[in-house]
Amino acid sequence: MKRTMVTLDGNEAAAYVAHKLNEVIAIYPITPSSAMGEWSDEWSAHGQKNIWGTVPSVMEMQSEGGAAGAVHGALQTGALTTTFTSSQGLLLMIPNMYKIAGELTSTVFHVAARSVASQALSIFGDHSDVMAVRATGFGQLVSNSVQEVMDFALIAHAATLEARLPLIHFFDGFRTSHEVMKVEQLSEEDLRAMMDEELIRAHRMRALSPDRPFMRGSAQNPDVFFQGRESVNPYYAKCPDIIQKTMDKFAKIVGRQYHLFDYHGAPDAERVIIIMGSGATTAQETVDYMMNKGEKVGVLKVHLYRPFAIDKFIDALPKTVKKISVLDRTKEPGSAGEPLYQDVLTALTESMGEGKLPFAFPRVVGGRYGLSSKEFTSAMVKGIFDELAKPQPKNHFTIGINDDVSHTSLSYDPSLTTEGKDVVRALFYGLGADGTVGANKNSIKIIGEDTDNYAQGYFVYDSKKSGSVTISHLRFGPKQIQSSYLVNSSNFVACHQYTFLEKYDMLKTIVDGGTFLLNSPYGKDEVWNTLPRTVQKQIIDKKLNFYVIDGYTVAKDTGMGGRFNTIMQTCFFAISGILPRDKAIEAIKASIEKTYGKKGEEIVRINFNAVDQTLVHLHQVEVPKSVTSKIELPPVVSSKAPDFVQNVTSKIIAGLGDDLPVSAMPVDGTFPSDTAQWEKRNIALEIPAWDPKVCIQCNKCALVCPHATIRIKVYDEKELSSKPATFKSTPYKGKEYPGMMYSIQVAPEDCTGCGICVDVCPAKNKSETRLKAINMVPQPPLRDNERTNWDFFLNLPEIDRRNVQTGSVKGSQFLQPLFEFSGACSGCGETPYLKLLSQLFGDRTVIANATGCSSIYGGNLPTTPWAKNKEGRGPAWSNSLFEDNAEFGLGMRLTMDKQNEYARELLQKLASQVGDDLAQSILTAKQVDESDIHDQRERVEALKKKLASIKSTEGKTLLTIADILVKKCVWIVGGDGWAYDIGYGGLDHVLASGRNVNILVLDTEVYSNTGGQMSKSTNRAAVAKFAAAGKRVSKKDLGLMAISAGHVYVAQIAMGANDTQTVKAFLESEAYDGPSVIIAYSHCIAHGINMGLGLHQQKAATDSGHWPLYRYNPNLAMEGKNPLVLDSKAPSISFKDYAYNETRYKMLTMSDPEMAKTLAKQAQDDINKRWNFYEQMATLHYGENGKDISDH
Amino acid sequence: MDLSTSYMGMKLKNPIVPSASPLSKDIANIRRMEDAGASAIVMYSLFEEQITHEAMELYYHMTHGTESFSEALSYFVDLQKYNQGPEEYLEHIRKAREAVNIPIIASLNGSSNNGWLQYAKQIQETGVDGIELNMYYVAADVTETSEQLEQRYLETARSIKNLKIPVAVKLSPYFTSLAHMAKRFDKLGVDALVLFNRFYQPDIDLEKLEVVPNVMLSTPQSMRLPLRWVAILHGRIKASLAATGGIHTHEDALKMLMAGAHVTMVCSALLQNGIGRITEILRGMETWMKEHEYVSVEQMLGSMSQKSVADPAAFERANYMKALSTYTLTDDLLYHN
Repeated sequence: MKRTMVTLDGNEAAAYVAHKLNEVIAIYPITPSSAMGEWSDEWSAHGQKNIWGTVPSVMEMQSEGGAAGAVHGALQTGALTTTFTSSQGLLLMIPNMYKIAGELTSTVFHVAARSVASQALSIFGDHSDVMAVRATGFGQLVSNSVQEVMDFALIAHAATLEARLPLIHFFDGFRTSHEVMKVEQLSEEDLRAMMDEELIRAHRMRALSPDRPFMRGSAQNPDVFFQGRESVNPYYAKCPDIIQKTMDKFAKIVGRQYHLFDYHGAPDAERVIIIMGSGATTAQETVDYMMNKGEKVGVLKVHLYRPFAIDKFIDALPKTVKKISVLDRTKEPGSAGEPLYQDVLTALTESMGEGKLPFAFPRVVGGRYGLSSKEFTSAMVKGIFDELAKPQPKNHFTIGINDDVSHTSLSYDPSLTTEGKDVVRALFYGLGADGTVGANKNSIKIIGEDTDNYAQGYFVYDSKKSGSVTISHLRFGPKQIQSSYLVNSSNFVACHQYTFLEKYDMLKTIVDGGTFLLNSPYGKDEVWNTLPRTVQKQIIDKKLNFYVIDGYTVAKDTGMGGRFNTIMQTCFFAISGILPRDKAIEAIKASIEKTYGKKGEEIVRINFNAVDQTLVHLHQVEVPKSVTSKIELPPVVSSKAPDFVQNVTSKIIAGLGDDLPVSAMPVDGTFPSDTAQWEKRNIALEIPAWDPKVCIQCNKCALVCPHATIRIKVYDEKELSSKPATFKSTPYKGKEYPGMMYSIQVAPEDCTGCGICVDVCPAKNKSETRLKAINMVPQPPLRDNERTNWDFFLNLPEIDRRNVQTGSVKGSQFLQPLFEFSGACSGCGETPYLKLLSQLFGDRTVIANATGCSSIYGGNLPTTPWAKNKEGRGPAWSNSLFEDNAEFGLGMRLTMDKQNEYARELLQKLASQVGDDLAQSILTAKQVDESDIHDQRERVEALKKKLASIKSTEGKTLLTIADILVKKCVWIVGGDGWAYDIGYGGLDHVLASGRNVNILVLDTEVYSNTGGQMSKSTNRAAVAKFAAAGKRVSKKDLGLMAISAGHVYVAQIAMGANDTQTVKAFLESEAYDGPSVIIAYSHCIAHGINMGLGLHQQKAATDSGHWPLYRYNPNLAMEGKNPLVLDSKAPSISFKDYAYNETRYKMLTMSDPEMAKTLAKQAQDDINKRWNFYEQMATLHYGENGKDISDH
Repeated sequence: MDLSTSYMGMKLKNPIVPSASPLSKDIANIRRMEDAGASAIVMYSLFEEQITHEAMELYYHMTHGTESFSEALSYFVDLQKYNQGPEEYLEHIRKAREAVNIPIIASLNGSSNNGWLQYAKQIQETGVDGIELNMYYVAADVTETSEQLEQRYLETARSIKNLKIPVAVKLSPYFTSLAHMAKRFDKLGVDALVLFNRFYQPDIDLEKLEVVPNVMLSTPQSMRLPLRWVAILHGRIKASLAATGGIHTHEDALKMLMAGAHVTMVCSALLQNGIGRITEILRGMETWMKEHEYVSVEQMLGSMSQKSVADPAAFERANYMKALSTYTLTDDLLYHN
């Protein structure tokens, strides 16, 4: 049978099979597995059926723990059930996994294997998660490539029913889950032929049913538990045979034969590598290369890791084997060796002991590779084989890093390439926003599906959410591609952004005679002289074919805007000759029609036009014989940066982090803060320029700036004596600082150009009303001057915090932000709140940050935006996990409270030694405002000086903890995914604890960081992932739930609707001596809005009543007042007037107009009812003068 | 009393036709208009520009931020089906046709040649009785000559004439040589000219210093402009003439008919006074005609057109002079002088 060839990634391949073979799918988003759940949800939303003709039920849960529970329940009641997860998600499933396996329940968990957070979180691929669950009793089947993912997904679902063991089907996160490959798609007939209906019936008959009741899940005592645990052994013993039988059946139907252990290599190999996952294909490619050179090497690819079939394993090894290197993609610190290594040794030892080993006991070494998607190349494989050839090969080695601390790493020759000459290897450097990756995915589809060539694509993304760089690695060739590593020897390099020339060494890996395509605003005759010297040299030395396209002009003329996707794609096909030009253009247009047709004719027309215009503007450049350029690459970071930034951070910024040795890394995950300032990203095309004549000095621009790149200072005029020529200043207009000067200054190289500051500016130029007091202007001409101005501005003295009216918007913005230049999306709705927090309390705050957007832009290397002031104080920040953040923050509070108590006890004891007056003044300090805090700091400094001379243990102890006597606060920060869903249980408990913690919920109403999945905060009528047909139930009212506790300070805020209320809420929250929670409306890229107008949309949310503003202060109730104050007016615009400015709502009106109407009406009802309820609550009569109301 | 007239080749029971307005967005209103006596209904306009804008907006937001960050390669689900094009409009006119027995004329407001024809064809397939093209260019391009602009209008009209259903063209009065333009449209074979559309006229918000939309309803005074041009064109072109703008009473309608309009279109009068105004106008017409011993609309149609009046020059420049000299006698103007 001829099957369809498709190009897809590992996640889609797994989901394709899983969706067709299950009835219930319980999911929760986690990178890199989210797409499996998203595909399933999308297919079910579109009514796609499984092979039995019914649409699988897809349910998003509140956490992976919840998903596992739902899976367990669905299985116990007889549904064919699956789930998808990774990393921490899999770990949260562990308790249920023991149960599911203990009850011999057939299911498959598809896992995109990912690092488990340790010294740091990492979203990338390795086996630490699947190895952490190997004791649960689940079987483990490993796929090494995208084709295998599809095949093994089927084999797993078929085999689990017979074996009765639940199976984990795993593949490498990102490398396989996100690698786009041309594969053969299994047909529905294949799936049907593999699934045994009798076994499915048996599965259903084992289910709980009141019609044939039994109990399962008993509690057992010492008398029988042990025996019960041993009762399953026969199932484990039979499982490998059943899986092999299923593989054989698969081979008969589909034609691809797999084994539990697949050996590839010389039949007489003496050196063998044992490995599982995507690295196995690279090892196979290297083995072929070495065998061609006559070397006796081989690779044993592990497919069934659990149950570990010793006999099958021994049988699969060549009898000639003398040396074995076992590679583990995980690390178990303190173990005798990593898991696969230990299993191999156990298997060999046991077989020898039993006299079954058909060869002399080989020398076995173990090594670690590829942690967190670290590259694993054929050169490394060759290095490992070379090491094995030595008489005493290194054991417990590492490969792919330079371990200069424990000296575990093997050296290898990185220049080795094992790829065939017939493989086209192409690299594309683009921006996320310019559509490069989309275009490349499209090219792979065209080549994969319109030609006989095989195709592979892998995409390296940025960890920044704005101005992010993407590098696409594409391979095409006549044979199946085995290279599961980045392109490290390219014959085509395309640079889609001219400015990258000064930032990246793009031609490092290009081969002699290769082709370089540059998108350049300069034509073929002018471009040469604009290139940096090193680029010119590489072009000449490597004899490159050099092409330029003015994609900027084509994009502008054709209405493509900033997207070069079809333009650069057309160039690639025109130059590479993979397809005849006409055929390629026809194929590009066909795919444009397919991709955009349903979204609008105009988009198709614009793209067609771009394709046609491109070829006219594409030219080959005549390369001069000598280097003429004097342009050098600028330094990555300023020479003023601290040593760590110079030596470590700068390497990571430059994309050279792989070269950093082990010794460069902190041993415990501790990094200096205040480093984002050194990463000058220059991503804004336009930046705001200040017009002091128009400015009314309201400071709103600084308040709303998501990246802290607009700053404001008032200062003495004498400071201006050495001002740079273009530095702007004007007399301060307010009464509080008479005679002072005022400046607004932009950080030109850190601004992302979102324009939100211009939008909020209320002042208009009286002669030309399009102009405000700040206006967007092109950045490049201003860059140098403004950089100088910025440096000058930074050196102007910071305001004395004691002289600031922090309670006003204006006052708050004179305070130094200690959160600056984050990598958040341009125009982010969350970061202005964090920046405000840092201004108000940053110098005495510890932050517990839930995993999510805020932990990524807050703590993803290379740098952190959390900063320090001149005194060296600033927010101390940490991220524990996603689910535990409230508890994590509470723990911090417990420490502070305890240490404060202890410090006070010690101080009382030592009062006579340090001076009674000092001790008493410290102990009785009220510490309410900035002056109080300042005075307390001075007192504590005095105390520390005195303590330094006290030699008693108590004195020394007090010295170490004395700083706690200055008031500190804990801020617990996270998104709605954490607060409403996965962390709600903890949040609820922490609120109930009564402890003085401040919780900030940055509410975007979706899981933003993982790409817009529904949370319980998602509003009715909105479309989100996992709510593709529009959310049917109303948003959870987290504020009201917190209010119901009675002792919790609760504020619902939206900066764009009422900035004064925002500032007030932060101050009251911090001042409240108990738990407080602020729920902050945060507009988000996942809403589908113009991010420069995000504040308008916040206002609309409030005006419509969707987001009423209020503060609930329990202190007011103590005074006999109603604690609830509504800070916004009754709804003045309709739900639709708010909602239909946002794609998330509007798209439903396009896909399902009737449902959209129904849900919009219900959403309006929600608003009306909620407002009615709040209004009544806010006018309730409370007891007077604190008197108990029951007295009346 | 025979109020019947013919328009775009259709026989209509009377000359009162509601023009394109938001009223026709509601099928119940369409029924009410028929009940009130309307002889045909021009539906609200399908705006090509808006469709394009919405498509581009959707495309932008669905692609913005995608394929940039490894954890969130997209932010929206692909819903596969997007009824953002004319489907909703087409469905609505289908329903309108089913709801009433009088002719339904669709209205299309386009901006690109390509778009006009594509949407007009889709509209035609709904079985609608006719289509009115609302030609809407503000001639703001300082490099475009009047001849170039006129060519654009004509090219559009030419392409649309390939339709099988009757086509009316709604024009603006801002042509240097309006009579000549009307003739050129006529030569292309358009079935009717609708005089005139009114450009959206922006206003300024003094507090916010913003340009704001300000939809002004027509006043009875605004009928003077179409009145003149209907009178001038009547009998000089083959196409039917529809007068629109400022027709609020039966007197207004009668004047227009006498000037030569085949139908008189009402909009602001209905928005201000309700759909029942149609009945009032029709009754008023009948009463007036009875009192003045007219037996049919046909009888009076064009009776006061430029061709038919005693003083044809009254519709041209001399008329202006006279009006001016009459007006200078008012106290108002004297005071200012």
